[in-house]
Amino acid sequence: MLKSIKLRAILILIFLVISVIYCLPNVIEPQGVWKKYLPSDKMHLGLDLKGGMHLLLELDTVKLVQNIADRKFNAFKDAMIRDGVRFLGLDAKENAFLVTIRPEQKEKLYNIVGKEFSDLKAGTTRTEGENIVVEFLMSTKELENIKDNAVNQALETIRNRIDQFGVSEPVIVKQGGNQVLVQLPGIEDSQRALELVGKTAQLEFKLVDEEGSARYTGGSVPEGDEVLTLKSRNKETGITTTTPILLKKQTLLSGELLTDARVKIGGEFGNEPYVAIEFNSEGARIFDKITAENVGKRIAIILDNTVYSAPVVRERITGGKASITGGFKMDEAKDLAIVLRAGALPAPVKVTQNITIGPTLGQDSIKKGIQAAILGAVLVLAFMIYYYRLSGVLANLALFLNIIYLLGAFTALKATMTLPGIAGIILTMGMGVDSNVLIFERIREELRIGKTVRAAVDGGYEKAWVTIFDSHVTTLITTFILFIFGTGSIKGFAVTLSIGVIINLFTAVVGSKTIFDWILMKYKPRSLSI
Amino acid sequence: MKFVEITKKTNIDFIGFRYKMLVLSCILVLLGIVGFVMISIGKANLSVDFTGGTQLQLGFSKQVSIGDLRKALISGGVDDVQIQEISGKNEFFIKTKMIDSDKERVQDKINAILNNEFKETGSRILGSNMVGSTVGKQLKRNAIIAIAISLVCIVIYIAWRFTFIFGLAATIATFHDVLSILGIFYILNMEMNILFITAVLTIAGYSLTDTVVVFDRIRENMAKMKSKTELGTVINRSVNEVLSRTLVTSITTLVAVGAILVLGGKVLFDFSLALFIGIVVGTYSSVFVASPLIYMWRQRVR
Repeated sequence: MLKSIKLRAILILIFLVISVIYCLPNVIEPQGVWKKYLPSDKMHLGLDLKGGMHLLLELDTVKLVQNIADRKFNAFKDAMIRDGVRFLGLDAKENAFLVTIRPEQKEKLYNIVGKEFSDLKAGTTRTEGENIVVEFLMSTKELENIKDNAVNQALETIRNRIDQFGVSEPVIVKQGGNQVLVQLPGIEDSQRALELVGKTAQLEFKLVDEEGSARYTGGSVPEGDEVLTLKSRNKETGITTTTPILLKKQTLLSGELLTDARVKIGGEFGNEPYVAIEFNSEGARIFDKITAENVGKRIAIILDNTVYSAPVVRERITGGKASITGGFKMDEAKDLAIVLRAGALPAPVKVTQNITIGPTLGQDSIKKGIQAAILGAVLVLAFMIYYYRLSGVLANLALFLNIIYLLGAFTALKATMTLPGIAGIILTMGMGVDSNVLIFERIREELRIGKTVRAAVDGGYEKAWVTIFDSHVTTLITTFILFIFGTGSIKGFAVTLSIGVIINLFTAVVGSKTIFDWILMKYKPRSLSI
Repeated sequence: MKFVEITKKTNIDFIGFRYKMLVLSCILVLLGIVGFVMISIGKANLSVDFTGGTQLQLGFSKQVSIGDLRKALISGGVDDVQIQEISGKNEFFIKTKMIDSDKERVQDKINAILNNEFKETGSRILGSNMVGSTVGKQLKRNAIIAIAISLVCIVIYIAWRFTFIFGLAATIATFHDVLSILGIFYILNMEMNILFITAVLTIAGYSLTDTVVVFDRIRENMAKMKSKTELGTVINRSVNEVLSRTLVTSITTLVAVGAILVLGGKVLFDFSLALFIGIVVGTYSSVFVASPLIYMWRQRVR
């Protein structure tokens, strides 16, 4: 008997020491030697307590597929022209291309598709007078792959941007088919963060259609042209104005070939910050060619379909360096350099959820949560002592152990504490005493029918055990499902409640029983204060 | 030995009350069904978590009247706005169906209006929650699935530990509790958000615990008492025996939840209120719904 009490007491103490060690960093900063050997992680606080931003971004996959199809369409057209396939008509329809040719050209066409566009599947062929119309379909599996890759690429790009911007402990994860969840704790300028994360950052260089512009007065846009807006900011007043500008549709050069982007100040742009970009060798070659061909003309620098500037090419530029100006403020230029360096998102993203919690609100929540926890604890403890006297003290010891274990386990498991999580702890205190209540009521019953103290305690624990076990399992089932289906703060609640319930099983059945046994052994009381 | 007791040894005829309680329970469940239908057709006070929209918490450094705020927002183009004052703190919750577009964030729009209209009172946005409508629908679906799955799992567990009838009775009692909270929240026009769903599931677990405790005792007494003893007597005796435990646990849990209710602040208030109501209903149902159901079922079978 004594041996078993000792064994259990040691077990309880070991758990207590481990929990306290894990809890310590939350209270004091470990110093010197201690720092080396003891855990130093603090409890992770959720956004609702720490303040920050929670964004759910949805990749526009429809647009993405359209972009991919457009690109493939152009490549397909180029290949046909290059190999001398004389097509009489070419049409794109969703994920299908329709080519109208003379029947004798059919073999040549199939050759190109077989060699270079193996992912295109030949669909129906129908005759139209003397010609035939051949249909090619993009495979749906391929499209799924493209979507998948795009989400992963977006994830990577966003991670890069956030890393370069510098946010501690960000969360960036894929969610569902085409969503990315981003959590940025401690962010103060939410607008800036949103721009940084959500900007597509598609950089393009296009030629300004000067002739067309001269004739263009609104209305129908000339064939092969498009109208975008040119954004310019007046340095003195800070007012941004937009003017429409007519461009040749064809993209001469895009941001994929960038190797670097840096913020610079001075030089020919005065003291206004600008972004200096650098292309890789292929980009440099293309840039060389387009500047050589277009001396005296204007080339528009476009970011996400907004023209930032449209400088006149004064001479051929070799070496692949260019600058983007646009009346930037320092922060804007910095962020632009980051997004250009990190690369463009494969498709535009839409913000479908945006929760921003200011730092003061978070602190307020922590304060209120802790106050509520203290009040709750005091009331529960007082009630237990009033109702169960000395045994109540014992139950309170078990409850105290429960909370220390819970906090220790929580920190050790690196779980995230949220506001509902604090509520979960308080609820655990209320429900945690239930096991002891069940046991004590049983003991009382046993005593009422005249059993000895020893027999009553043993009988009480034994009979209450089945009930305690059943009730804990049912609670665990609900918390488990909450964990699977819940997001963010709900998960925090589910974790606290389930850890609390499991620990409670131990503290109530092993913890308080051990102390009971020890007291009964030592003092052999004739009656029990319960 | 003497004990501090809430109830002396009781001998209440719970089964005898069953028809009166049936009426009360039916009213609660009916309310819940009305609430559920209203939620389904979007007429209840659902948070932006489920409907999509934007919710902001605003703070002012000086006192601002709710009417001025509403007028300013509406004239600034934010119509369809619900405003709620947090008393004594110059803070407001505002809720609108509008969501962020590519061009403009709702938060920025409101911020601009406030900076214009309330220059002297220094406004600031303390927190915001913008949810697109697709996400909202997804969440609503997930919440319903979560509730359904957990209820099914629990029936299976209880049916396995006891018998199918016990499992069924426990489930009906749990449904009764879930619907009651839904109905009461609907009548009180309280906002239902994700935290509310969490509370409902927690209550489902709590109420089951209560029911399991009673059932455990019924099972024990059925084995102990002679087979000739009338089932009603067994149930009455069992419920009476665990009554003090039921009350003590409810009191301690209510005390803990009460602390959150009083001190937890606005965010946790609705949550803890749902828990509070749920604990009361859950305790009631374990005594007056679950056990009488078993009795009535057996009567019918015989």
